[in-house]
Amino acid sequence: MIFKAKRLSKLALGPVLLLMSVFALAAGGEVSEVNMSPGVTEVGHKIYDLHMIILGISTVIGALVFGVMFYSIYYHRKSRGVTPATFHESTKVEIAWTIVPFFILLAMAVPATKTLLEIYDNDNAELDVIVTGYQWKWKYEYLNENGENVSFFSNLSTPQGEIDNTEAKGEYYLLEVDEPLVLPVDTKVRFLVTANDVIHSWWVPQLAVKRDAIPGFINEVWTKATKEGVYRGQCAELCGRNHGFMPIVVNVVSKEEYRDWLAVKQKEAAEIKELMAQTFTLDELMTRGEAVYNTNCLACHGAQGEGGVGAAIAGSAVATGDVGHHLDIGINGVPGTAMQAFGGQLNDVDMAAVITYQRNAFGNNMGDTIQPIDVYNHKKG
Amino acid sequence: MGDHHHGPAKGLSRWLFTTNHKDIGTMYLWFSFCMFILGGTFAMIIRAELFQPGMQLVDPEFFNQMTTLHGLVMVFGAIMPSFVGLANWMIPMMIGAPDMALPRMNNWSFWILPPTFLLLASTLFMEGGAPQAGWTFYAPLSTTYAGPSVTYFIFCIHVLGLSSIMGSINIIATVMNMRAPGMTYMKMPLFVWTWLITAFLLVAVMPVLAGAVTMMLMDVHFGTSFFSAAGGGDPVLFQHVFWFFGHPEVYIIILPAFGVVSQIIPAFSRKPLFGYDSMVYATASIAFLSFIVWAHHMYTVGMPVSGELFFMYATMLIAVPTGVKVFNWVSTMWRGALSFETPMLFSIGFLVLFTIGGFTGLMLSIAPADFQYHDSYFVVAHFHYVMVAGAVFSMTAAVYYWLPKWCGRMYNETMGKTHFWISFIGFNLTFFPQHFVGLAGMPRRIPDYALQFADFNMMSSIGAFIYGASQILWLYNIIATIVSGEKITREKVWDGAEGLEWTVPTPAPYHTFETPPKIDAAHAHS
Repeated sequence: MIFKAKRLSKLALGPVLLLMSVFALAAGGEVSEVNMSPGVTEVGHKIYDLHMIILGISTVIGALVFGVMFYSIYYHRKSRGVTPATFHESTKVEIAWTIVPFFILLAMAVPATKTLLEIYDNDNAELDVIVTGYQWKWKYEYLNENGENVSFFSNLSTPQGEIDNTEAKGEYYLLEVDEPLVLPVDTKVRFLVTANDVIHSWWVPQLAVKRDAIPGFINEVWTKATKEGVYRGQCAELCGRNHGFMPIVVNVVSKEEYRDWLAVKQKEAAEIKELMAQTFTLDELMTRGEAVYNTNCLACHGAQGEGGVGAAIAGSAVATGDVGHHLDIGINGVPGTAMQAFGGQLNDVDMAAVITYQRNAFGNNMGDTIQPIDVYNHKKG
Repeated sequence: MGDHHHGPAKGLSRWLFTTNHKDIGTMYLWFSFCMFILGGTFAMIIRAELFQPGMQLVDPEFFNQMTTLHGLVMVFGAIMPSFVGLANWMIPMMIGAPDMALPRMNNWSFWILPPTFLLLASTLFMEGGAPQAGWTFYAPLSTTYAGPSVTYFIFCIHVLGLSSIMGSINIIATVMNMRAPGMTYMKMPLFVWTWLITAFLLVAVMPVLAGAVTMMLMDVHFGTSFFSAAGGGDPVLFQHVFWFFGHPEVYIIILPAFGVVSQIIPAFSRKPLFGYDSMVYATASIAFLSFIVWAHHMYTVGMPVSGELFFMYATMLIAVPTGVKVFNWVSTMWRGALSFETPMLFSIGFLVLFTIGGFTGLMLSIAPADFQYHDSYFVVAHFHYVMVAGAVFSMTAAVYYWLPKWCGRMYNETMGKTHFWISFIGFNLTFFPQHFVGLAGMPRRIPDYALQFADFNMMSSIGAFIYGASQILWLYNIIATIVSGEKITREKVWDGAEGLEWTVPTPAPYHTFETPPKIDAAHAHS
């Protein structure tokens, strides 16, 4: 026999076990810095087990192959005065190392197939959430609920100063949002994933979910978190300029907490509906508008409306010109540029407020107020 | 040998009008080296920005242009042309042919490359910047949402495809028609075999890529909706077409590297390659499988579960022929008389690191686990283990191995070994930690990252600077060898090397094998 595999395997197993135990230790904590996290779902644990089994098999085979190789490198050096052997083929050996790996693969395929089938079982979800990717934020819409429909956008909340290194970075730098997705614990939640512009991918490692958000198509995927907590993820598919700046935060809470949260959100939604019919003063609109501006416009148009990726707003022809044209740009965007259509992203109250703000802040003293009804009428055409 | 050689023409016209396989091979090699430096510069900018969390040096748009151009330049400008250059130099000399079968087309397939890459690089200075949708340029980010440079990019891809197809046809025609009498297929050196199979892959898939970019062109300028759901198209269609090209493409890159290593390991083991026949069959199996595994790059797009299972099983199967190859290389070394000159060091480096890349590839093939790996730094680590430690290390080994034959001068061995060790350490320092950050949840192609990824990223950047700097040593060693290396005249530069290229004088004259050599049993493959 060519190989003295037995003796070598003993030599090789030591470091293998050491490496594996380092990984296992590292996986003991909640979120590992060196390994995949089993997360807080049953499926996540199965995926983690698969990962560790395959890693283990690969490490053992690798140790054997490298063991043989390094044995050869040490003992079969020309400088030791060895005479090279002349053998150069063995059909038996070739057949053996074709068939043995095949059966190892077969053994891996069985658990992999089982887990995959489980991941694809989208039936019997207790809650449906539509997840829509936008450049560069996520929108969540809750279905199957009584009362007002709840839907909102989730934006990066890390201040620009932290990104530009002018402020100290917080603990959850780039992994924090203004409004997290809230889910009940121990509940099978089905996500209907889609996108509004380009392809994104919704990934929360701890929930063992990654699914591409594809414009014009809806993908299904589900999760069932067994532990309350805050789980963070990021967009995983290159989607343009701010691909690195559209995180995901999921807040898994008790079922009661979730019910309360939902009731509050439904009440807010009902209030917005009422607000739509109201008339606001300039001050009210300015206060609301500033908040909307800082979340939605600031990144491109600057804190003082000085412009950046987007055009300047301070003293601009749009913000000091015709209201209809200004509304049109806010609602429908400017095709072919980074200026998005915000008509579907902001409700009419927020749209009215932010347009009013832009026309009266940064030294633009137009003095006019835009009311929700104006936005509504503009949308109607 | 003929007795009235005409030597090369003088001056610039020698290079512009040459039809000589050695001249063209040299130009390909130098061109790809330039692209290697250019693509490497882009990588250095990427790693410099990622040195610390926060945006320091470039803005996110420029960062995306860097990742995109780094991939495109390295794949299409550095790795592919370098192996075409090697094929040009070595295949005629290995099969006992006087030149390539189609020398004028050979000139053309090289000379359309430099202007194309000049055009591609020029998009950096355009309004709106260079392409920034990644080297995989997924629609609609690369179509309706792209800047004006996408049109230039499409044109570049078309021309590169043309060049590759012409180069491949030339290789196929040469290998099929111009082998010396007695050199049957199963006597060809393995490098020739792997290139023959690679050339067929190229001819099969480059038109598919051309189709993909043509559909992009139509979507961008002629109002079609191939990749837009709003008009009845499908963005995922782009990915299917792209990866139908893209997966064979990665084997196009790695198969010639397998060939190189299969020449070098026996030479420095002083023992024939173990399992020649099975190496040929394994290469052919890998090539066949490469056509039916493309969607493993797309496990997360929402394919039906039956599709996922098919692509998972087919992908796992690739481990079998790849394993056979690795086992054969190790068995070649077993009970040989090994010495460790620079080409051997790089080949062993290839063997170890490519095998690690193969294991992570196997891990990625497992669809459920891929839901966690996909588009993370784990993938970045995986493909750099096969592309850099695989293809680039083997190319480096090839240059050290054949350089003395090409120029009749010996490179500096100490400097070569130093180059290897710095490269090896730098490479692993760069890419090994990327496995960790990927598993811990860092997505690829992001210009800034959360704080828990900071340490490994800094390590990665330091490694990248080391690896990058070590290539300057390589360049210096090559130039020093050509200019003032120690002269050698023995035909067989390496005592253990086998094959026809070692039967011609050193340095290899401008024309070789004008009279075909006789192949006896002793010359049956090296």
